[in-house]
Amino acid sequence: MKVVTSRHIEEIKKIVKTGKVWTDESDRFSYSFDASFGTFLPDVVIQTKSVAELAELVKLANREKIPVYPRGQATSLSGGPLPVKGGMVFDLSVLDDLLEIHEEDLVAVVSPGVLTAQIHKAAEQKGFMFPPDPSSAHVSTIGGNLAENSGGPRGLKYGVTKDYVIGLEVITPEGNIIKTGGRTVKNVTGYDLTKLIVGSEGTLGIITKAVLRLLPKPPASETIMAVFDSLVDAGSAISKTLSSGILPAKMELMDQSSIIAVEQYEPLGLPTDAEAIILIELDGHPLALKDEIKKVAELCHAVGARSVHIPQNEAEKTEIWKARKLVSPAIARIKPTKISEDATVPRSKIPLMCAKLQEIRDKYKVHLVVFGHAGDGNLHPNIICDQNDQEEMRRVEQAVAEIFTAAVELGGTLSGEHGIGTMKSSFMEMELGPIGLDMMKRIKKAWDPNNILNPGKIFPKEGQKWELT
Amino acid sequence: MKPSLEQLKKEFLYEKTNRCVQCGYCLPVCPTYVTMRKETHSPRGRIHLIKMVGEGKITDLSALEQPLDLCLGCRACETACPTGVEYGSILEAARAAMAKRKKLSVPARLLRKALLKKAIPNRHMMKWSGNAFWFYEKSGMRKLVRKSGVLKKLPYHLDEFEKIIPQTVSPSERNQDFVKIKSKGEKKATVAFFTGCIMDSMFHRINRLSVQLLAEAGCDVIVVPNQTCCGALHAHSGELEEAKRLAKQNIAAFEQEEVDFIVHNAGGCGAMLYEYDHLLADEKEWADKASTFSAKIRDISQVLIACGGLPNLKARKEERVTYQPSCHMTNVQKVIQEPMDLLKSVSGVHFIEMNQADMCCGSAGIYNIIHFDASMSILDEKMKNMKASDASVIITTNPGCLLQMKLGIEREKLSSSVRVLHLVEYLAEAAGIS
Repeated sequence: MKVVTSRHIEEIKKIVKTGKVWTDESDRFSYSFDASFGTFLPDVVIQTKSVAELAELVKLANREKIPVYPRGQATSLSGGPLPVKGGMVFDLSVLDDLLEIHEEDLVAVVSPGVLTAQIHKAAEQKGFMFPPDPSSAHVSTIGGNLAENSGGPRGLKYGVTKDYVIGLEVITPEGNIIKTGGRTVKNVTGYDLTKLIVGSEGTLGIITKAVLRLLPKPPASETIMAVFDSLVDAGSAISKTLSSGILPAKMELMDQSSIIAVEQYEPLGLPTDAEAIILIELDGHPLALKDEIKKVAELCHAVGARSVHIPQNEAEKTEIWKARKLVSPAIARIKPTKISEDATVPRSKIPLMCAKLQEIRDKYKVHLVVFGHAGDGNLHPNIICDQNDQEEMRRVEQAVAEIFTAAVELGGTLSGEHGIGTMKSSFMEMELGPIGLDMMKRIKKAWDPNNILNPGKIFPKEGQKWELT
Repeated sequence: MKPSLEQLKKEFLYEKTNRCVQCGYCLPVCPTYVTMRKETHSPRGRIHLIKMVGEGKITDLSALEQPLDLCLGCRACETACPTGVEYGSILEAARAAMAKRKKLSVPARLLRKALLKKAIPNRHMMKWSGNAFWFYEKSGMRKLVRKSGVLKKLPYHLDEFEKIIPQTVSPSERNQDFVKIKSKGEKKATVAFFTGCIMDSMFHRINRLSVQLLAEAGCDVIVVPNQTCCGALHAHSGELEEAKRLAKQNIAAFEQEEVDFIVHNAGGCGAMLYEYDHLLADEKEWADKASTFSAKIRDISQVLIACGGLPNLKARKEERVTYQPSCHMTNVQKVIQEPMDLLKSVSGVHFIEMNQADMCCGSAGIYNIIHFDASMSILDEKMKNMKASDASVIITTNPGCLLQMKLGIEREKLSSSVRVLHLVEYLAEAAGIS
């Protein structure tokens, strides 16, 4: 049943003077999904550039208890923008007009619909870097990245989105507009609401503006590729490098299944008999890099790398990173459904987690591929399966549950960068404990007493179980 | 009788829609999403709507009508797609399934039938229309009509299109059809030339120049009789059966000659010919023949480059040239570099890559006539980038793009400073062929 009545629609249309209000079936279905699972029909989709109109709509929603689902370009892998309880979807991708680089303050001021890659480009043009680099940066909006606290390969050295946000403008669940933080790196005035909102998955407020920190762009980078006969050795190479005093910008891992998949998809001459390949990128001053790259190469040899390759020019470098880029499309060819997990462990536990993942793969006979940002313990185990095969999906369910358990037991976490959303809420208590979870619920309740902002996310329903079938 | 879900799944290629993981990588490259700012008009959105039909969640098929109609079919999404979704086949199948159910009004049905089934595939009719354009211009009728103001009263913005009617050849020139011509100098390949329907009637001159350029580069050229329209317009509007009929006629016609390549000069037609193997994959008698045919398809730029380029090109006087690629050439045939290499081979050409060159210009077959406003917003975006390139020549490789870019230049009132040419025209000019 629709929660939005025709009377509500009339009121909404009165508020939205400068934007659009859509209720057609084709439009509602087109805003019913993201890059995770499930289709949930909103009652109405609203698109307006006016923050004042959005705030008015939230007031209406709060009064009438209508769920509100903020949405960027819906690239979420955890169900962040899914309108699971109907109601209104706000398409915030149109709030894309503000993108200022303030060189003297070393900040960027942006509106939420700006694409993350546009921020990268604007910063680089002025000699700066905005480090968070989710692989979907050319499609994902910064608003979505802020809400989900996205990461990316560079997280290893530079941290994630939350580490670069110092100020926000937010519509509260009661329809007021507040500012948090500001333009200074140091700011201890009261609770850090900025950090609370970032990563709250749209459940505490709608971000309408953000002040982002920038760094000077490193002048040079070098790449190194090491091939291993054992996945566990590759894991050791990662931990050893990280404790050697060198901090690479990226450390990416490809296991044997992903190497084979890439070679079958587009032959690049990768060694298909190897158990793992690690790709490392170092950035910094060119003179320092010369020395560091040599040390990393020696280290890889010392832990048993079969071969180590340092590309000599840009073309070779691009070729090496292409292999990593092709993993996703290549594994998608194997079977239609891809369950992409982002359970993350402390760096020292990377080899143990690698071994555990192999065990899970064999135990449940699932097609498990491991590739990802290995350096920060964010291993990205992907299970390739077929949604239509019920028996297989049940094994996948068990395997995923065991991956989560393993990560938490090793002192890690359910999600490194994708968010909890609808996908992982049933495991929350396992990681946080009942009291930890309850404290979070209390925060939600205090901020959003009528539970209108992105309801149905993060928190499990009573007795909710993880299922894919 | 209502079709069963199984039937709908089959007709709308539900299986293929499952490849889409909804990552959204297609969004920034989709011209309709970029200009309309609505997920309903994105590739991912359309696939999702089709998927919902297959799952029985959408039962009123009219929900799909506008989203499917407004798609340009440029297939830039296929190039951007990381999981290899066959968007083109899904779109064509969905359009065919919709067309089957749609009740057109009697005049609309007759017009469609007359145009798609009678006029375009018929060489005589197309020749006649080419001659009619020639007469329109030469007889002074064009001047008279323009003066009378009657153009303003025409539907479908035909007044704007009237301005860009290309220069046509006289009936006597048209009648000296080539059949076989020998290569100049050493022979490097034997090719059959695909004339096309629109190319042959409205751009007959470009076809003649193409044949001459091929000979110049070292090809024996055969213009096969009995060839017909490629069927692209039919396939894109859901008339798959008619498209198949035309495909078979072409395959049969070209089988008569032993050639290395079948050469075309229109990106849209080329893509269709290139995919005859897909079109006829389920027809036992034709599948192998279609594969052989499709494997020989080349754009003229590929053949000219394969022959080592054109000899004796005269230098241009420092000219800023940009290239608007044909979507189907880029996204279906994957011919990207050759036209640019040919342009760069002309000395004095200062080649400038237009920003977002890969984005469709909004022509898309007859899209610019049917969806004029949507097409013009897409064209306006293109013109912004075109103006930023500061080029004085725009090169295209497809008749639709050629006309659309001319229309853009007219709308921007730049026709006195910017020329729009087919690659073949420009190369012929440089080679001193007229």
